[in-house]
Amino acid sequence: MKNDAAILPERAQSIRFSECSGDGIKCESASVSGAVSQRACVYCGARVVLNPITDAFHLVHGPIGCASYTWDIRGSLSSGEEGYRNSYSTDLRETDVIFGGEKKLVAAIDEIMASHAPKVIFIYATCIVGVIGDDIDAVCRNAEAKYGIRVIAVKSPGFSGTKKTGYKMACNAIMSLVTPDVLPEKTCGVNILGDFNLAGEMWIIKNYLRRIGVEVVANITGDAKVEDLKQAPTAQLNLVQCAGSMTYLAKQMEEAFSIPFIKVSFFGVTDTSDSLMRIAYAVGDKDVIKRAKAFIEEEKNRVIPLLNKYRKNLEGKKAAIYVGGGFKAISLIRQFHEFGMNTVMVGTQTGSKDDYEVISHLVDEDAVILDDANPAELEAFMKEMGADILVGGVKERPLAYKLGVAFCDHNHERKHPLAGYEGTLNFASEINLSMNSPVWEIIGGINNV
Amino acid sequence: MLELTPKKLSDRSTLRINPIKTCQPVGAMYAALGVHQCMPHSHGSQGCCSFHRMFLTRHFKDPAIASSSSFTEGASVFGGGSNLKTAIKNIFDIYDPEIIAVHTTCLSETIGDDLSGYIQDAKVPEGKLVVHTNTPSYVGSHITGYYNMISGFIKYLSESTGEKNGKLALFPGFVNPGDMREMKRLMKLMGTEFIMLPDTSGVLDAPMTGNYTMYPKGGTTIADIRDLGNCEMSLGLGELTSEFAADTLEKKCKVPYKTLPLPIGVENTDAFIMALNQFSKNEVPYEIEEERGQLMDILLDSHQYTHNKTVAIFGDPDTVLGMAQIVLEMGMIPKYMVTGTPGAAFDRKAAALLEKFGVEGCTAKQAGDLFELHQWIKNDPVDLLIGGTHGKQVARAEDIPLVRVGFPIIDRYVHSYMPIVGYKGAIRLAELILNALMDRQDRDCEDEDLEMVM
Repeated sequence: MKNDAAILPERAQSIRFSECSGDGIKCESASVSGAVSQRACVYCGARVVLNPITDAFHLVHGPIGCASYTWDIRGSLSSGEEGYRNSYSTDLRETDVIFGGEKKLVAAIDEIMASHAPKVIFIYATCIVGVIGDDIDAVCRNAEAKYGIRVIAVKSPGFSGTKKTGYKMACNAIMSLVTPDVLPEKTCGVNILGDFNLAGEMWIIKNYLRRIGVEVVANITGDAKVEDLKQAPTAQLNLVQCAGSMTYLAKQMEEAFSIPFIKVSFFGVTDTSDSLMRIAYAVGDKDVIKRAKAFIEEEKNRVIPLLNKYRKNLEGKKAAIYVGGGFKAISLIRQFHEFGMNTVMVGTQTGSKDDYEVISHLVDEDAVILDDANPAELEAFMKEMGADILVGGVKERPLAYKLGVAFCDHNHERKHPLAGYEGTLNFASEINLSMNSPVWEIIGGINNV
Repeated sequence: MLELTPKKLSDRSTLRINPIKTCQPVGAMYAALGVHQCMPHSHGSQGCCSFHRMFLTRHFKDPAIASSSSFTEGASVFGGGSNLKTAIKNIFDIYDPEIIAVHTTCLSETIGDDLSGYIQDAKVPEGKLVVHTNTPSYVGSHITGYYNMISGFIKYLSESTGEKNGKLALFPGFVNPGDMREMKRLMKLMGTEFIMLPDTSGVLDAPMTGNYTMYPKGGTTIADIRDLGNCEMSLGLGELTSEFAADTLEKKCKVPYKTLPLPIGVENTDAFIMALNQFSKNEVPYEIEEERGQLMDILLDSHQYTHNKTVAIFGDPDTVLGMAQIVLEMGMIPKYMVTGTPGAAFDRKAAALLEKFGVEGCTAKQAGDLFELHQWIKNDPVDLLIGGTHGKQVARAEDIPLVRVGFPIIDRYVHSYMPIVGYKGAIRLAELILNALMDRQDRDCEDEDLEMVM
């Protein structure tokens, strides 16, 4: 590596040590050409948000790749339907690129309808669909008229922004699906936005809410079914969990359905307890507040002694974080703090200025903060800061292991639910397992020979 | 799971469900990773590069490095020339590879980017190289992209100086690093001097050292790619994968070529060894004869457990054909053979294979998908499934054991280190297949039939 810190000059604005002052970090912009970015694209963003809707058909209009790469990769669990775990594509070929792919899309929808009875089909238009001039809005309109179901276009060419743009496209599709002709009466339930039921986390949160007496109307989108989603406008409150992807939808629902929202996080004991109390107060029911207090007390008494057992193994260790959104990064920093661990490096793919502002206040002065990092940067800073564990996603795992750094997947490949009180226990157990595995003894032995 | 797959076959001419292929660029990226100190570069949207790296990482459980032109709205309208120019500068400035191997995507192909022109105009530092290949995602499959990238290296770099180097040029086919290692081992045992392109061993199965290096020790060197033009002859393993590259080398440098099936199973490995024997004129050493003899021993010892068992094989064309060969050699029947990669040659080769063994009633299909294979199995089941991870849903739904072979395998470890080629690879396959069938027998039999000795 020519440059010791492996930083492209163009990238310097996107990296900072938290003592720096000034205008803050450069973020929410396109990646530098030539960078080995860990980032995905608009289609990826749209797909990951909508994919957990279990009884929807997800039809990718484009060449085969985009359908192959997203086939059943998100560990979103379903309580019933399994249709979303199949991969549907128009598999565009050269002739389609020359003569247009509209006919093929129409035929593909017909073929789905010939053997299945979906309630909604999402049509993802990938990179070349707009370029070859397919009018997918018209195809969707005609299909809706012909079959009497919802066929919703999700225009998500990869080049049209970042993954975050894709989240917006997905939110627009959800709005299109749930907006009723006449606004219904409100019930006293809430919607959960931005939980994707990875490893069953939606079920944990729903169970908590049931315990404190709050009814859930719609899960958006973890373990969601179309009919449940359509009830979303009747909720009195929206709980926004993955703020990066879902704040946009929450704002739209606030405007269109007069549903206020609060941001919540269920990662870590502190955030889970705070969130439950804020939900209780927002619902405003005295009984709910009482039950929430009691439930939190009970869970804390159960969980904290167990966590303390891990604490002696974790205390003083250094954590590095590289995740998709800023909100998750913030929760993780707090969670490491609960374990007595120090976060020495933190980066996100799509964090906002506000997120980075909060992050810089949560970490030590010498911690490194990065936006849209590449592997060389992650390597350089993990080494420099002496990280003991990295929390990240699929592409970061082998990097950490090659460096001899422990790892925990907090993304699609998470092995256990990491949300709520039991999730915090799982998280502590997992990082303890990875950091204190006997494998490090063997590796240390070999390296010392 | 998969209750959506109806038993009744319906006419499906446009809709692709559960593919057995992916797009060209990921194949090109894999090929480029098999060149020493090479940065694969994806000329398209950022997601492509990210998806391909993720896909390769999930299979190899190793970092897969590549850069992207990161197309924006502007690039999609005005062309990606300036993105590529910036990318080339940035990559050499910061990641410092010896060579950048650019491949295109559906987007850059559709808007008609002129890669040759862009690369000619780019500022490339002294002594460094940039090559490219066209990999339109809407043609062929990842296999097509793999051989296109190999051909791209040859077109740019290979030269005939007029002086032969006495070496064999080997195109290994779309196989794992473990297979490439085995091919190299056999060539060394046969005393054959060779140049292999690509060579992902030592790159995607690199050892853990406590350091991360963007360019591990493995990979074909640039000097060797140049020298390919001076080889006596080239041997393309995997006829449907390697012929294009061998043909490119013949056209450019007049190196005659021969193609053979992937050396999976007895007969295919024999053919590979004999080709090496003819090339090097060296006797087959006892070490190889011994391995072959061990394989014979194993096939004989176990034959009653495999005879007449039916198998469905899916995956990449040459891998499926190779697996069908060994399956037939083990006395089993490859009832269904499906590849997602389009090309009528697959059907012809499969038919010839069945005829050679005198087996009837089997179905082979190119450009097929797993959904259809699942429907066939529902109508007429098999004893064993052989293919990549994506078959696990079918295996579960129909309660059929799955032997994981091919690409991608994203739910198991170690596989990419171990060969399926050569006699050693055949021994390994025999063990995998026998274990799957015999574990099933142990699981399914009545208590009184549980055998301690098998």
